[in-house]
Amino acid sequence: MTHRPKLAVWKFASCDGCQLSLLDCEDELLMVAGAVQIAHFTEATHSVLPGPYDISLVEGSITTPHDAQRIQKIRRSSKLMVTIGACATAGGVQALRNAADVQEMARAVYPHPEYLDVLATSTPIADHVSVDLELRGCPIDKGQLLDVLAALLAGRAPQIRDEPVCVACKRAGVPCIVVAEGRPCLGPVTHGGCGALCPRYDRGCFGCYGPSGDAHPEALAAPLAAVASPEEVSRLYTTITPSRASFQTGRRLAVLGQEES
Amino acid sequence: MTTQRIDVSALARVEGEGGLHITIVDGVAEKVEMEIFEPPRFFEAFLRGRHFSEVPDITARICGICPVAYQMSACTALEDAFGVEVPEELQGLRRLLYCGEWIESHALHMFMLHAPDFLGFPDGIAMAEVHRDRVVAGLAIKKAGNRIVQVLGGREIHPINVRVGGFYRLPKREALTALLPELEQARDAMRAALDWMADFDFPEFTPQMELVAVHGADAYPFIGRRLRSTQGKDITLEQWPATFAEEQVRHSTALHACTSDGGTYLCGPAARFVLNHARLADVPRAAVGAIGLTPTLAANPFRSLLVRGVETLSALDEACRRVEAYQRPPVPFVEVTVRAGEGHGASEAPRGTLYHRYRVDDDGLIEEATIVPPTCQNLRAMEEDIRQLAPRLAEMPLPEATHRAEQAIRNYDPCISCATHFVDLRIERS
Repeated sequence: MTHRPKLAVWKFASCDGCQLSLLDCEDELLMVAGAVQIAHFTEATHSVLPGPYDISLVEGSITTPHDAQRIQKIRRSSKLMVTIGACATAGGVQALRNAADVQEMARAVYPHPEYLDVLATSTPIADHVSVDLELRGCPIDKGQLLDVLAALLAGRAPQIRDEPVCVACKRAGVPCIVVAEGRPCLGPVTHGGCGALCPRYDRGCFGCYGPSGDAHPEALAAPLAAVASPEEVSRLYTTITPSRASFQTGRRLAVLGQEES
Repeated sequence: MTTQRIDVSALARVEGEGGLHITIVDGVAEKVEMEIFEPPRFFEAFLRGRHFSEVPDITARICGICPVAYQMSACTALEDAFGVEVPEELQGLRRLLYCGEWIESHALHMFMLHAPDFLGFPDGIAMAEVHRDRVVAGLAIKKAGNRIVQVLGGREIHPINVRVGGFYRLPKREALTALLPELEQARDAMRAALDWMADFDFPEFTPQMELVAVHGADAYPFIGRRLRSTQGKDITLEQWPATFAEEQVRHSTALHACTSDGGTYLCGPAARFVLNHARLADVPRAAVGAIGLTPTLAANPFRSLLVRGVETLSALDEACRRVEAYQRPPVPFVEVTVRAGEGHGASEAPRGTLYHRYRVDDDGLIEEATIVPPTCQNLRAMEEDIRQLAPRLAEMPLPEATHRAEQAIRNYDPCISCATHFVDLRIERS
């Protein structure tokens, strides 16, 4: 390849874990670094190349007025924008503020909340700019990240399947957590990619990849109500991607079920 | 009068986002501000009302680099609140998981972020063009640590197998022993890398600072119930709130910790080594002797590279021994009986002490959470180091001074995403 595409990595409100996934590709990192020009990746290097960038990987959610401006500039200097992780694609765990009073939260944590300049909500990148591809997960799966980079370099479509955790779980031959164990699990409504990790470790899925495209929380409501309290189900739906619509529906159904009975 | 300004608007090779502003007037640092503009995420606020069993998974999300530390401090604090004793074999497995995180995090910092400073490269990838074998060996060490976290924790980042009382599922013996060849190779590679790093040129610098670390009762510390300091502190975790304080400064979204009488203290590898080097096992102890690392030399923050190397060797050595001796315990966790109360937990994240405190109600819901990450505790020490280095920075050309100041910050492997990342260094030359 004569032209080495410029790769940039950007951070918004997040834990750094998704960009760390790239550094965690120990066997592939030097190869990736040979195939692209790493033009902006503050966590890994001092060197910064000017835009435009061929591929921008964006981690984190928009939570401050400054970041809401910054993402616009990054979009303008990016040919392809891939958002990585639950924060960038769904607002992340910090979207728990969306249903609360952020000023009260600031007062609870900081002695001088007036020093802070924050938005009332934590929102995904796609709420602010157009995004070319979203990679789910908290954290993302590094195999999926490598596949996306390889696909973009080769000019093919990435092989990311939108199937729920439940399908991978069945494929792995794990006995159903809800049916066999009588414990709550969000596997039927959660986007796959983790390889049914939690059920394989003998615990229910807590939805860290966010809802799958065809999520039907309506169908899961009764089985969950049979094994867990409405409060427990409500909390389960509002953990890592609390602001997603299907998960909000799941939470509402749990609360409604409680009121009806 | 000469005033120098150093501005590093984006501190590179640290985790998270911050800047460093320094103004030096006639060789004296008039202003040193470590600016943290990492957006606040309000974890302590939204933990209120959550069930105790969710806390290890939620607090892991504070930091993608050291999620195990968050899970360990959270679990031990909640177990303290409920009066739960975790059996020794499960505590041993927690140490093994923590070994994995130290190896992974330290190797990333040493080989990809810190060593390039000493050899004049902008990053580990550029360093690999000249020192390919070293970087490849470093990445293999890193991977060995990640493999432990993956097998025992389920995945490298935000492990899913940790719960209050122990683990969800215990690995089979074969799953762990399969790691042994990789761990032994990494241990030997780390021993060789220490000799390489010991020959680097370390600037002479010994700041005077109180050093604080978890006290390792009979082993180098990971998780503990006591803290000790070089100025005679020997406290239980219950005494933490009376011993340390947090303050907010305008230039930082991270709170700055200090001692309750306003003093600056430091936690992390140097503090752990100075206070606990006698508890190192034979393999790391022999390496310390061979490279001539003493507590006095280890107090030089630039030499934190070597201390991390020793700690990585220590963790690899311990991991090998634990894996060899592993027999699957009878149960993966102990049952927890919920009761209202307060609990404290502290453990040694790769970059320093991580303290958690929770107040829990009768239903096991969190009423109040306090989390003091290591980088918040070290921010004042970082600023203090720059103040003490100022006369030397003032004599350097600006690019060199800027680089040296950034290096002084990187010595701490600061994790600004948990401090809630990034340096803007200004040496104002007026």
